[in-house]
This record gives sequence, C-alpha cells and structure tokens, in this order.
Amino acid sequence: MDSKAFCCEGCRQVYLLLNENNLCTYYNFDKSPGIKAKGKFISERFAYLDDEITAKKLVQFSSETQTNVTFSLPQMHCSSCVFLLENLHRIEPGITKSQTNFQRKEVFIIFDPTQISLRKVVELLAFIGYEPAISLKDSTQKKVFSYNKKQIYQIGVAGFCFSNIMMLSFPEYFSSGNIEQAGLKATFTWLNLFLSLPVLFFSASSIFISAFKGLRQKFLNIDAPIALAIIVTFSRSYFEIISGHGAGYLDSGTGIVFFMLIGRWLQNKTYDSFSFDRDYKSYFPLGVSVIENGVEKNIPVTLLKKGNCIIIRNEEMIPADALLTKGNAHVDYSFVSGESSPLRKNKGELIYAGGKQTGSAIELEIINEVSQSYITQLWNNDIFKHQKNKEQSFIHPWSRYFTLALFSVAICAAIFWAFTDTSKLLPAVTAVLIVACPCSLLLSATFTYGNMLRIFGKNKLYLKNAGVIESLAKTTAIVFDKTGTITQNQSSIVSYNGTPLSNRELAAVQAVTRQSSHPLSKIITNNLGSLQNDQLLTVESFKEFTGEGIEAIVNGLPVKIGSAAFVNELYDAAGYDTGSHIHVLLNKVHMGAFTISNEYRPGIKEAITLLQQKKFELHLLSGDNDTEKITLTKLFGKNAVVQFNQTPQNKLDTIKKLQELHKNVLMLGDGLNDAGALMQSDTGIAVSDSTAQFSPACDAIIDGGKVGNIHQFLAYARSGKKIVAASFILSILYNFAGLSFAVQGTLSPIVAAILMPASSISIVLLVTLLSSVSAKRIGLN
Amino acid sequence: MSALFVLIGISIIVAGSFLAAFLWSVNHGQYDDDYTPSIRMLFDDETKPAATDLTSSIKP
Repeated sequence: MDSKAFCCEGCRQVYLLLNENNLCTYYNFDKSPGIKAKGKFISERFAYLDDEITAKKLVQFSSETQTNVTFSLPQMHCSSCVFLLENLHRIEPGITKSQTNFQRKEVFIIFDPTQISLRKVVELLAFIGYEPAISLKDSTQKKVFSYNKKQIYQIGVAGFCFSNIMMLSFPEYFSSGNIEQAGLKATFTWLNLFLSLPVLFFSASSIFISAFKGLRQKFLNIDAPIALAIIVTFSRSYFEIISGHGAGYLDSGTGIVFFMLIGRWLQNKTYDSFSFDRDYKSYFPLGVSVIENGVEKNIPVTLLKKGNCIIIRNEEMIPADALLTKGNAHVDYSFVSGESSPLRKNKGELIYAGGKQTGSAIELEIINEVSQSYITQLWNNDIFKHQKNKEQSFIHPWSRYFTLALFSVAICAAIFWAFTDTSKLLPAVTAVLIVACPCSLLLSATFTYGNMLRIFGKNKLYLKNAGVIESLAKTTAIVFDKTGTITQNQSSIVSYNGTPLSNRELAAVQAVTRQSSHPLSKIITNNLGSLQNDQLLTVESFKEFTGEGIEAIVNGLPVKIGSAAFVNELYDAAGYDTGSHIHVLLNKVHMGAFTISNEYRPGIKEAITLLQQKKFELHLLSGDNDTEKITLTKLFGKNAVVQFNQTPQNKLDTIKKLQELHKNVLMLGDGLNDAGALMQSDTGIAVSDSTAQFSPACDAIIDGGKVGNIHQFLAYARSGKKIVAASFILSILYNFAGLSFAVQGTLSPIVAAILMPASSISIVLLVTLLSSVSAKRIGLN
Repeated sequence: MSALFVLIGISIIVAGSFLAAFLWSVNHGQYDDDYTPSIRMLFDDETKPAATDLTSSIKP
C-alpha cells in the first residue's frame, strides 16, 4: 500500500480508488475479486429503498433533478473519512455534492435521481465502509435540530442591548446622577428604554413562560421570583424615565437577563453525536424481504404479520420473533445482551427478535408482530409511555425560602417607611425586589452544572442534562449488568500459542480475517493491528464456512482459520482447553491457535471494593447462566446480590422493588435487554465501547474504559451540591450589601450597576474554580 | 454638544450592524458545525469542486 498506514478499511479503499484509477467508477470496482461477494450481499440488503414510500420518508427534499438526503454514519471517525465522504462525486458522478458533519457523524448528500437511485447511494456508502444507520425511527420521526437557535438569538439580542445600555449609562454614573444638559440626559434614558424593550419582550420571554407554566401547575419554581424581579425592575425604570425622575435600573435588569441566558445555554449544551432517547425503533430495520406465493418482495417491518415468511441475509437483523424454516442460523445478540459470540440455531427453533444473522441467508416464519416480540414488548411497559418522573432540583425549594425571606424584608421595610416617610415606601420596596433577585442562585447552579457536565464529558461520561448530576448524587444502590458492562466486549484478551508466526504470515492471517464479518474474526483483525508488510496482499478464493471457519489463498499461501473441528488436523490438544480457540493452518500445517477470553474492564475490581467501603448497595443482574457465579460473588463480596438468568422484565422489576424500598438506583448496562432497567432506574447509564455503537435510552452514556472510575464520578456528582451551596452563601452576602442600601430607599443605579455584574461574575468564577478544583481532587481531569 | 448625538447614533448603528451580522450568521448555519471545516481546509486543492460554496447552498 505504498507504505501508507490507514486507519480503517474505508480509507484504504478510497486510497486505492483514487490512487490507482484516479476517477474510476463504482462499477469498475465491482470487478475486483473478493469484494464482489460483499457487493452482492449489499445489493440485496437495501432493496427496500427502491420502495417509493419508504424512500420518501428518508429524503428531505426531492425534485426531478435533485434529491437531498442526510444519513447518519456511525463509522465516521477521522479526517480521512471526511475526505472520502466529501469526494463521493469523484467516485459516482450522479452525486452532486456531499458534505459531512463530523461531530454529528452525518453526511448530507445531494444527488441527481435521474442518474443514481437512493438505493445506489446507500450501497455506495456501505461499500466504502460507511453503512448508513437507517432505522425504523428515521421514518417515524423527523429529526430535530441539535441546538436551539432561538436561544442563541435571545442571547445575542440581550448581549447587544445590555452592552449598549451599559455604555449609555456611564455618563449617569460619573456625574453621580446629575447630567447638566437636560437634552443629553433625556436622550440617554429614552435610548435605554427603547434598547431594553427587545430584552423584556424577546430575550426574557422564556423566563416568563417557564414561570407562568410553573404557577399554572401550582409549583413555584425558581423562574417565578426571577420573573417578578424582572417585571419590577423594568416597570420601575420605565416609570422613572417616562416621568423624568431618574435613569432607572435598566443596565442591571438587562444584565441579569443576559447572564441568566448564558448560564442556561451553558447548562443545556448537549452532545451532538449522542442520542439519549433511543428505543428499539432505532435498532430495527425499515424494510424486510417477504416471500409471498414464491415471489420475494420488500415491505416495511411495521406491516409484518404473524405467519409471514421472511428472508434474513448476512448482517441483517431479525425484526420479530420467528421460527427458523430454512438455512443455518448463527444469531449475534450483541445488540440485545452484549454477548458477542453468535448463537447457533437449528431448523424449527424459535429465534427472538433483535439478533443479527451472521453467515448465509435464512428463512423464517413470523410468530409475533414487531411490537409484540419478546424484546420489543418491553416498550409496551408503562415506564416508556411517560417521561421519566424526575424530582425537581433542590434549587427550587431553596429559591422558595429565599423568596419568602425576601418578601418579609420588603414588608418590614414597607411598614417602617409607612410610619416614618411615606414618600420612600415605594422606592424602598421596589429596590428590595430589584437587588435581591434570586438570579445569583440560579446562576450558581447553572454555571456549576455546566462546568461539571463539561468535566464529566472530558472524562468520557456524557450526561443527558444537568438534572442527571443531582440524581447521580443521590444514588444509594448500584445495579450492574454483566456482559458488556463489567466485562469487555471488544478488546477481549487474545493470546497466541504455537509456532511463532512471522510478520508476513500474520499479515496473511489478518488479510483473511479482515474479509470476514464474524465477531471472532473482527477481534483477531483488530488485535493484530496495523502490521508492517512490504508486499501487496491479494486474497483469492475466499470462502467462509459459517460457524466453522474461513479459508483463502493469500499470495499463493493457503490459509485456513477456524474451530478445531474445521481445521481437522492432528495437533497436540494439550493447553487448548479453556475459552474460545481459533486454530491457524498455513499451507496445511497447524501453526497454533488464538485464545480469546472475556476480560473484566480495567479498574472494575478496585471500583467495586471502593463502592462497598462507601456502603453502596451493589447488585449484579446477568442474563447469562450462572457458570461464573463463584468468580462474580468473590468480586462483588458477600453483601451484594448476584442474580443470573434475568430476563429484561426481571431486571426492570428488580429495580422497581429497590425503589419501593426508597433506594435511589443507578443502573449500568448495555444492550437492548437492559433498556427497561435503564429507564426504570433513577439514573440509567449506558455503557458503550465506541461512540459509533448504539446505546439504549438512558440518562448518560459512559465510555467502556471508564466504568472502573464510577466511584469517582459518584463522588464528583456529590460535590456539586456543596459547590452550589458555597456560592449561594456568597450571593447572600452580596444580597445583604444590596439590601442594606435598598431598605433605606437609597439604592442608586450606580450601586445596583456595580453590585449586579460584580456578584454575577464573582459567582461564575467561584463555581468554575471550585468545580475544577474538586474534580482534580477526586482524580478526574 | 450636538456632535455627541451624531456619535451616539453612529455607535448604535455600528453595534446594531454587528448584531445583525451575528443573527444572520446563526440563521445561515455558520455555527451548525464548528469542527468539520477545520478538517476540510486541510484537503488539497484538487478537492475544490466539493469544498467551495458549501455553507451558502446547504438549504434544502
């Protein structure tokens, strides 16, 4: 390969493609041996895209000469991917333009439907190694934009108005309230009035709406006192300006709105490439091949009926519970259970939905509709019909006490001035309400959580929103799934025993395993990594024997890789008695075997010990049988509850029972079979080995390598509340300073204008500093 | 002193045009993707046909 290293198959392919024949077409490519078989498989798999109704649901825009479509490509991972995907028009002239969004892992394609069909575009993408993730969900739900543009506009407008009002108020501050020229003073104040209108009616509208919604549900949220403060500030200022008495507090008022909007935006910043609300529809295919009266046709999976006969090809998912009627099934349930080795099923056996067939095509007879299948019926459970009933954040009750205290101060001031000097009554009361707005409380919470979300993300725990930090902090019981959660899927331990292989021989082995989509082949391919080989490898007469092994001739060297029965040669069987073995035969000589065994994730043992010391209640729920009971009981200790043979419903029920005992449950799981439990738990964290991997609906996604740091994450979430409390105390001090002016009825605009930004900025700095220091102390970076 | 009125007017107009530019750029999707363009600019010139005028024609 001209001594160039490639990160993935796609990049290698495009290099070959662009380098060798510069502008060759996709169809030329089809002539190359070895890939032909794959191409054929693909052409059957996407047949459902020829169905016009299905296709219509996917495209965003179509006319006679132009079709726009966006695909999600989970495999996109490097800058070369962007290069390849943005050069699609060089491979296929029917594509006018392709533009990638790297962070969202999406590609936007414009093509000419008279030259190339949607199906061909998808096939081309799949062929170069970026199979679009097209699922049932894409057709049932329109995509929502990743960020709220209105919020950005509101911040922009508030920032503009705030800074200009600030500037126009400077003369007022420096002349201590007496600008000599009356014309200038009027100009400044009236300009301020006009500049503040967009802030009041546009930027602050979300605060009013939220406060109003809360009040209508008889819930006093933190937005209610803030909305009150904004209304009082603006109406008193307008009164002063219109009556010509003074300059008002518009600078402070608009500043409050601006800072609060920024805080909210920071807190709501989410992760573009993650989706936290997937259900089975995100995993399931759109269409399926059905045989009716001997004719094969494509129908949407939602129309599947009991008794339908379907064909499932290599790498396709079984959409509903079915009986195997023809062929050899090797079903990979890694989506469902996290178990990576495929299960062998015989004719007449029941195959549950959610598995992927690996190997040759099979025929099945449907016995349950899609929504009634073993795995999907979990979503008929009530828990999925409602939004998760999250407890309201602690800042709301805090803000209620704050409001109560504030009103008592205002009433005291009112009673005092009523008896001494009635002219100062109204100024004092309004000043109290203006200066002691609970926005500093809101600011401390939003900025603390915003920064914590960022730090969690840096450590590869991606939270859905800030509310998850609070629920994480309350955790008292932790439930683990086994396969894929505490054990590793992808980087299994691979060891080689036997005659040492030369680099060239290893490269030959890798060339063969790379052709196969079997999980074990993939493990070996990845494990061998990028090998230094000085020659171009040509793989000829590649054959895959499903469930047994693979063979091919690499540069004239016959390579045979597979199970002991498959290689069928005499060798010393000693030392090959545990785990999965993949034997290697080169030139009909047994060289040795790769041993693949599951491995616990790094740090998980230490983490469990630490969690036990901190008196968390630990549970392990495994869908597998109890062969590993002894090791796992040892790992989790005597007090933990270790259960095996758990169905998805069992897992959900266990969590429900824990919650009835008033435990706050944190669930760690992966795969669809944990989806119910993740949903039921107070905090559901999905474990994912790569961001490309699908994960079920959850509150947070954790990188597989970081499961061992779970105790640190819990400790950090707990520190969050303390940080908010500390900054709240600081803001109370500012409030005392402001109130002491306010109750005397002598709150000048300049004092308000200094106190407000000073308190906001110092609180923002304090919480950012505290949350970063706390992260470092706990050991997060 | 009347110069001050003119200057205030100009300053508001200048600041307002920056606000307008900001709102326009948000509306036209310039903040939709803040990462990929940094990769795209590293590609060689021969890919120009695909890389030019991307942001302006993204609207479906």
